[in-house]
Amino acid sequence: MIRLLRASSHKIWTLRRVRYNTRVIYYNKVTKIYGRGVPAVEDVTFEIDPGEFVSIVGHSGAGKTTLLKMLFAEVRPTTGTVYFGSREIQHLSANELLALRRNIGTIFQDFRLIPTKTVYENIAFALEVAGKSEDDIAADVPHVLELVGLADKLWSFPSELSGGEQQRIAIARAIVNQPDVLIADEPTGNLDPVNAHDVVEILKKINDLGTTVFLATHNKTIVDSIDRRVVTMDQGRIVRDEKHGKYIL
Amino acid sequence: MSLWVNTKRVARYGLISFVRNGFVSLTAVLIMTITLFTVAFLIISGAALNDTLKQLTDKVDVTLYFTVEVGQDQIVSMQKALEALPEVAVVTYVSREDALAIFRERHKGDQLTLQAIEELGGNPLGASLEIRAKQTSQYESIAKFLEAKQEDEGAAASIDKVNFSQNKATIDRLTNIIETSKRIGMAVAFILGFATILIAFNTIRLAIYTSRDEIGVMNIVGAGHWYVRGPFMVAGILYGVVSGLIVLLLLYPITLWLGPGSERFFGSFNVFDYFVETFPVLFLIIIGSGVCMGALSSYLAVRRYLRT
Repeated sequence: MIRLLRASSHKIWTLRRVRYNTRVIYYNKVTKIYGRGVPAVEDVTFEIDPGEFVSIVGHSGAGKTTLLKMLFAEVRPTTGTVYFGSREIQHLSANELLALRRNIGTIFQDFRLIPTKTVYENIAFALEVAGKSEDDIAADVPHVLELVGLADKLWSFPSELSGGEQQRIAIARAIVNQPDVLIADEPTGNLDPVNAHDVVEILKKINDLGTTVFLATHNKTIVDSIDRRVVTMDQGRIVRDEKHGKYIL
Repeated sequence: MSLWVNTKRVARYGLISFVRNGFVSLTAVLIMTITLFTVAFLIISGAALNDTLKQLTDKVDVTLYFTVEVGQDQIVSMQKALEALPEVAVVTYVSREDALAIFRERHKGDQLTLQAIEELGGNPLGASLEIRAKQTSQYESIAKFLEAKQEDEGAAASIDKVNFSQNKATIDRLTNIIETSKRIGMAVAFILGFATILIAFNTIRLAIYTSRDEIGVMNIVGAGHWYVRGPFMVAGILYGVVSGLIVLLLLYPITLWLGPGSERFFGSFNVFDYFVETFPVLFLIIIGSGVCMGALSSYLAVRRYLRT
């Protein structure tokens, strides 16, 4: 399966290079103010290249989640612009927005699996909305579960799985459509160190296959172990951006 | 992807959600059963009320009695004049012979009265026209027409009496009762119907509230609005269909049991006969209301959690 993904990701990677030129995500002077409060994100400008693994770190309330949510338009900036490739996200039509979301995999601290669907159905749902046929779905779901090491949990319900297993299912759902970008918002927040380590290893593997990974976390051990680009936020502003950074606050 | 594939998937997920969310489905079905039962009760009681009021209305008429000398042609021309009035529903001609036969029948146990009639020799009863209005409130204007005729010299000699003034108080009272009953019936139906629909709507809303996170996930994964909404609407339709079938099944033994009692109480209205005769219409109304209510409630409830 990994070989298979590698082969297909190589093809996608080539396409991506053409599509995104140099950057896949670009925040241009972005500010977000909720209600009349203080800015959650203030004058943020930075870009992410295709294939990068970017960790965004900071205390709770530093603005990490707000920044991530702007990417799939769950939150819209008060001022400034967010680009996905060359497209301005806030100017996308409803249909374009749905297409964008299918092209971004998302994982969260609380897993957000659909409790009334089996593992198979949870992952199949992402493929169905992308318009895949039943045959493709029947072939892809077991493969992606194999990749996250849960091939035997196909017919389990989320409530029958441990936290670590649920998060791996969430990752499987996020990557099954081979998205250009994977957003992970505190994916290890509810996991013990062993499971957290496993999840990070999977994220690194996905990144090695060519998918851009954008990780928000405040777990120092994880950030230090990844040893990739680290963007540090404090009170809504970017205070540090290092190519091979560490968790410093 | 074809519309057919999407429809199949939506229907499958709706059915799965209905089965797997067993307790939520059970609650929704129970509440909707009560709602649809109320709808059925309103339909049947409305029909019983209408039937009873119609029976009462049919008992009211104005009778125009002619003198014995009047010829049939004069009566027929009066009948035609009355039938031409827009308020008049039916005018029944009772000839002198018919009047005598009715009189004899009515007094068949009363030998003294019958003997008195025999001693008179001929037929002392005049012909009459029984006039029935379309609505009880219209007797007043028919009576006015007849009064005008009485004042007219030609016709006055032929008219013996009009029984309207004697019946006026009863007719007015009956008209009031009928109008008030209809108004109260409609108000009760409206309030009861509105309240139960609101309860059913809120139950479905609560059922979908428990799935709000699920809807959020579907949004983020990039599912279109109809793809998210569809399974919930299918589940809502299933609540309606199952509840409707339960109501129709329950109505059979209930109306069968109430049938004879209802006939005694309402005069001639038998709820079981009504249920059997109008079953196709009742089926469509009950199942249709359930389906519409389920689908619409789900549509509106999911809309709240859809994000673009």
